[in-house]
Amino acid sequence: METFLGNLDTLLIYLFAASALAGAALMIVLRHPMQVAMALISTMVFLGGVYGLLGVHFIAAFQVLIYVGAVMVFMVYVIMLLDVRDQSFAHRYSEFLLPGAIAAALLVGALGYGFWHGYHALANTTVSFGLREFSVAFLNEYWLQFELTSVLLVAAVVAALAVIRIGRRGHG
Amino acid sequence: MDKLNVLLSLSVALFALGLVGVIVRRNLLVMLMCMELMLNGVNLSLVTFAQQTGTAAGAVLVFLIFVVAAAEIAIAIPIVLLLVRAKRTLDADAYADLRG
Repeated sequence: METFLGNLDTLLIYLFAASALAGAALMIVLRHPMQVAMALISTMVFLGGVYGLLGVHFIAAFQVLIYVGAVMVFMVYVIMLLDVRDQSFAHRYSEFLLPGAIAAALLVGALGYGFWHGYHALANTTVSFGLREFSVAFLNEYWLQFELTSVLLVAAVVAALAVIRIGRRGHG
Repeated sequence: MDKLNVLLSLSVALFALGLVGVIVRRNLLVMLMCMELMLNGVNLSLVTFAQQTGTAAGAVLVFLIFVVAAAEIAIAIPIVLLLVRAKRTLDADAYADLRG
């Protein structure tokens, strides 16, 4: 019983990883964009579970809050707004089906080759760090990147406003 | 096989599936979501490496990627709205005349 409870974390990580992979595979196959969005949301939630089980709880919380709560809710709104039954609904795949499959096979092959031949000695023990270490590193060492992302956010807001302004002018 | 190796393989698989989705699917919104899937794969590898080394640098990068993903979607969705307003379709092939 003790060993079972000790292995429960690992078992759950495997379960969540398999579910996330299944959701990602469904994204390629499903037809309607709303179904694809639901598959992506389930993948993100399962990844959040993996993060929580690994011990980085704050990343798990922000995965659910930012990705599922903000980005994907926005995406679902837009899918409801643009329910266009057009050519892309009748035919899921473009003519790039074969090149895409070849590119993915090459990528997986190259990364798998490097994975098995150059680097297969991941330490068995996971070293955990808490929110305190993260915050100190975030605002002491990486303050410049933090400020640059805030500039990026301002630029994104201005660009979104500019795009909407262009569309309005074009229609009168 | 250790669980961190499994998670690294999962991140490779998520990235490759996202790449396939971006190349293969026709719907603009589905292509955007597959790009989000690629970002998620990168996030998973960063968290795995941060857990292995015990340094917080990977977690900091994950937070910056969260912000970049939010900014990306905030720019991409208005562009898609403008494209749909121009041609009333989400099919990426319909915009082939945009090539340079």
